Amino acid sequence: MKPFEVVEAPIDAQVYSNYVLHAGAGAVTLFTGHVREWTHGVRTVYLAYEAYVPMAEKKLAEIGAEMEAKWPGVKVAIAHRIGELHISDIAVVIAVSSPHRKAAYEANEYAIERIKEVVPIWKKEIWEDGEEWLGAQKKYPDKGVDSV
Amino acid sequence: MISIQYFARLRELAGKGQETLDREQMTVQELLDWAEETYPGFGKDDIQVAVNEEYALPEDVIHSGDECAFIPPVSGG
Repeated sequence: MKPFEVVEAPIDAQVYSNYVLHAGAGAVTLFTGHVREWTHGVRTVYLAYEAYVPMAEKKLAEIGAEMEAKWPGVKVAIAHRIGELHISDIAVVIAVSSPHRKAAYEANEYAIERIKEVVPIWKKEIWEDGEEWLGAQKKYPDKGVDSV
Repeated sequence: MISIQYFARLRELAGKGQETLDREQMTVQELLDWAEETYPGFGKDDIQVAVNEEYALPEDVIHSGDECAFIPPVSGG
């Protein structure tokens, strides 16, 4: 594995948790984002993710560097899966270790927010009666797009 | 020659993942204008351009040999 990667195979979150764990770490937070069946009353059959892979991996690494600058002592690994994902599959994993728990929690949440802002990855929702790329158009005009 | 990549909605709209444009140089805004004209419904106002895997500004200049990508609003996570 690479610490910041886009993958096509199913994600084994433990691999990333193990990567960030070291003797100086007193806490590891492991976030996994999953494919949800129901979003604002609309049933998802599956999701199709695609990425501009080299740039996405570069942006994930940049987010890792931002986290290390903001929370000194954290160690980070992030992976995002692309391709066809089904209900409950892991789409994204963020593992953060730190000497103390507060930084591990805060840095982990920061990472998912930044992923949603800057990493060139796109999700298409496939429903029983149609499909749509998220991001550009909004299927849920009153709620906005809220995926994880 | 400038290479261009399309993703997600734009890939489907263009009907291709990549192509090349026979230009020596142009600005990012000119590239967006060209795309809007070539592919009606492109929606250039909501699209960013990456040049050599880095987000670029409308006034940045693209040169022959650069790798460009149109980045519609992202939706990872």
